[in-house]
Amino acid sequence: MKKLLLLVIALCIGVSGYAQKTGSVLIKNGTVMTITDGNKADTDVLIEDGVITKIGKDLSAPRGVEIVDAGSKYVMPGIIDAHSHIAAVDVNEWTNPVTAEVSMEESIDPTDVNIYWALAGGVTSIHLMHGSANVIGGQNETLKLRYGSSMDEMRFKGAPRTIKFALGENPTRVHGQGFDVKPRSRMGVEQVVRDHFDAALDYKRNRQEYLDAKEAYESGDRDNPPIPVAKNERLEVLVDIIEGEVWVHTHSYRADEIVMLMRVFNDYGIENYTFQHANEAFKVAPELKKNNAYTSVFADWWAYKFEVYYSTAYNASILNANGVRNSINSDSGELIRHLNHEAAKAVHYGGTSKQDALKMITINPAMQLGIDDKVGSIEEGKHGDIAIWNGHPLSIYSIAEKTYVDGKKYFDRSEDKNDMRLEADAETDFDEGRSRWYNENGRQNNTCLQGAEIRFTKKGMKLNQSRN
Amino acid sequence: MKYYKSFLTTCLLVFVIGMSAEAQITEKAEYGKFAITNATIHTVSDGVIQNGVVLINGEKIVHVGKNAKITADYQRIDATGKHLYPGFMDAGTQLGLQEIGAVAVTNDQAELGDLNPHVRAFTAINPSSVNIPVTRVNGITHVVSLPVSGLISGKGTLIDLYGYSPDSMAVSANTGLHLNWPNSQKRGWWDDRSDKKIKKEYEEKLKTLNNFWSKAEFYHKMMLAYEANPQNKEKPDADKKMQAMREVITGEIPVIISVDAKKDILNAIEWTKEHPEARFILAGVQDGWRVADEIADAGLPCLVSTLYTPQRDYDNYQRPYQNPGKLHEAGVKVAIATGGVENVRNAPYHAGYAATYGLGKKEALKAITLNAAEIFDVGDQLGSIEKGKQANLFISDGDPFEPMNHIEQVFIRGYKIPMVSRHTQLYEEYLNRGAKSNK
Repeated sequence: MKKLLLLVIALCIGVSGYAQKTGSVLIKNGTVMTITDGNKADTDVLIEDGVITKIGKDLSAPRGVEIVDAGSKYVMPGIIDAHSHIAAVDVNEWTNPVTAEVSMEESIDPTDVNIYWALAGGVTSIHLMHGSANVIGGQNETLKLRYGSSMDEMRFKGAPRTIKFALGENPTRVHGQGFDVKPRSRMGVEQVVRDHFDAALDYKRNRQEYLDAKEAYESGDRDNPPIPVAKNERLEVLVDIIEGEVWVHTHSYRADEIVMLMRVFNDYGIENYTFQHANEAFKVAPELKKNNAYTSVFADWWAYKFEVYYSTAYNASILNANGVRNSINSDSGELIRHLNHEAAKAVHYGGTSKQDALKMITINPAMQLGIDDKVGSIEEGKHGDIAIWNGHPLSIYSIAEKTYVDGKKYFDRSEDKNDMRLEADAETDFDEGRSRWYNENGRQNNTCLQGAEIRFTKKGMKLNQSRN
Repeated sequence: MKYYKSFLTTCLLVFVIGMSAEAQITEKAEYGKFAITNATIHTVSDGVIQNGVVLINGEKIVHVGKNAKITADYQRIDATGKHLYPGFMDAGTQLGLQEIGAVAVTNDQAELGDLNPHVRAFTAINPSSVNIPVTRVNGITHVVSLPVSGLISGKGTLIDLYGYSPDSMAVSANTGLHLNWPNSQKRGWWDDRSDKKIKKEYEEKLKTLNNFWSKAEFYHKMMLAYEANPQNKEKPDADKKMQAMREVITGEIPVIISVDAKKDILNAIEWTKEHPEARFILAGVQDGWRVADEIADAGLPCLVSTLYTPQRDYDNYQRPYQNPGKLHEAGVKVAIATGGVENVRNAPYHAGYAATYGLGKKEALKAITLNAAEIFDVGDQLGSIEKGKQANLFISDGDPFEPMNHIEQVFIRGYKIPMVSRHTQLYEEYLNRGAKSNK
């Protein structure tokens, strides 16, 4: 009986341990790039049950904890991509200029092989974003790259809720030009935001009045029968934005639209927001700084559409020099595989320090996602999300050798197999190839508009199952 | 007097407009005699020279070595602690043919029709493209730009990235015919054609290609006969397409075959064997590593990029990066081709990935310089730092494959290029912008 009880307890511990998917490891003698406290040579990092418990010299491993030698190697916090669409089942709910009620929470594919490829690039967390077809799109999800887990286990617990906004060409093209629905211009974009915020505030007041009246009525005040105000999920989310519970991440390119949205946010008292892509953010760096706005930019993508024609690869460096907290994002299944080298371009173009360049792919995106108390640097008490590199992570000759999420190893180059699919499909045509080489570079595969743009034609809607 | 005054005003106006127009592009390049001293010279063709001297006189490199007598008329550039590399070449781009991807009116790389051998990239190269200065300040001095649509897209052009007309930029106006090899299988999971339909479509396309090719051979024979004896022969009717095929079927200029999937590559190789007179280059070749030996046996050089995700979900994560290395190992001559426009400037990083994942630094350097030049038959002019070659080179503060390092000075055809582009101009203006906002 006692044995059976022990077995049950052991099983429970085992099962709960498995559900959390944490691990323990002692990484010895590496150059530890803490990000927040400089680089520490010949230093050990101990991760116990998913949490960094000790950083120091000559640490010894508790019983049962694996030891990994990182001598002559670099130990870096896992890279965080503030803008990604990998692991998404769907990207755009494009049917209305405002779709705040939908969420990427229900659109996570934990078996997407892109997750594994990102892990191979030292990435441990992503911001899975809704697409940019709508002025106010759906809610995003911050994920940990626990490849092969469940939808729920992929989610970064404790991360603040975030939502996607989009300014400029994408929403005006999809809605105004494609569907004859406001907005067709940047003027309209502003009004869509303001109209909906106003409606949300009215809704909040009316709904509260109704609920109060209902309560009073039910408590016996029969003179004032409540006039029902139905619950509206879309407006509820907008209220949450205004109240600061949902952080805004805005697809944007031009300086004028960036300033416009800051003006709108100031009018409604919205404080925590990040401009995504923001190719012209450098033109209004002082204004961004003044408003404590965050930016998350491409290292060098530009000219693929008109609103990014007057761009510069020095964007990240100008923002950084002006004191704007900036991250470098991928928005791409390929760039996410080498975000470290995308960050190195800030050193190449603007002479940004290596330290600041590294911050742009670790602690800065963590702050923008509200998870900097948990990840983004190597500190005691933070999560064991770490990659071990065989050289300085900004060098083109460096390769991530091992990547850990919550102390659990998800990528090991020495164990990397040729076929990394979790669910091999016997029906897959092993000879199938993809489109031409000259379409594979640049921004032709516009992930932000995946599932939206091509369904609108001059003749109306058209379902076109192209990959773009 | 009145006329004189207005003449002066006009002159001033023209001068001002001229200045601003020029400033919009970048600045004027310098030309003449340059002596670059104390440099680590990466010649590519003949190893590395420490503390070396390179003399540039006009278009040409006139000296490469340890020491040199430098006359007073040479402008000296001290490159102590710096490195000299030959200008990089991207062997497959749309640079100059496309300005803004999403704005159709600025795109000239895709003509209508399936068979366009007479269409020429050279015609549409825009020397004022903003993309050009942005590219060359990263050390890329030469690109091959290709038309891309249809089955036979047209002829690519090999240009350098300094000049005010396509004529002044072209190293070879027609450098190869671009052929898009027909797909013989599904293009991806979204492709819902039946196997039967796919096979039929492939066979039809191949038939179109073969008929066209045979017709061109016949036309060429007719023209040869006519040219040999114009008096006794009737002149064949003018046919631009057929005329354009003559230099292709005789092997005067190569056919650049864009092909990615394994089965397609094998089909293309078989097809090239049916045309021993012609010359062929493979491009794209994302599955190249699967059939590297077959490509090597066929003696076909390859133009490849590295920064793309694996072709198939089940491929190992690093195959794209390893592709150039695996091809080289099998004996294939490899050159780097990004296929890009605005970010052709990333070509050195494509080479850097190839270097890291198996090709090695030395071969990767060749892949982006001399190999590319040799594949396009201009190895005698470009691709290395050698006496007598064109002065295409750059000075860097370190390994140019490292994105952390900087390219400090570029020379193209002897011209000392202003290290300025729209991107640097915006940087200069906005780094410390000033101009307080009202609010």
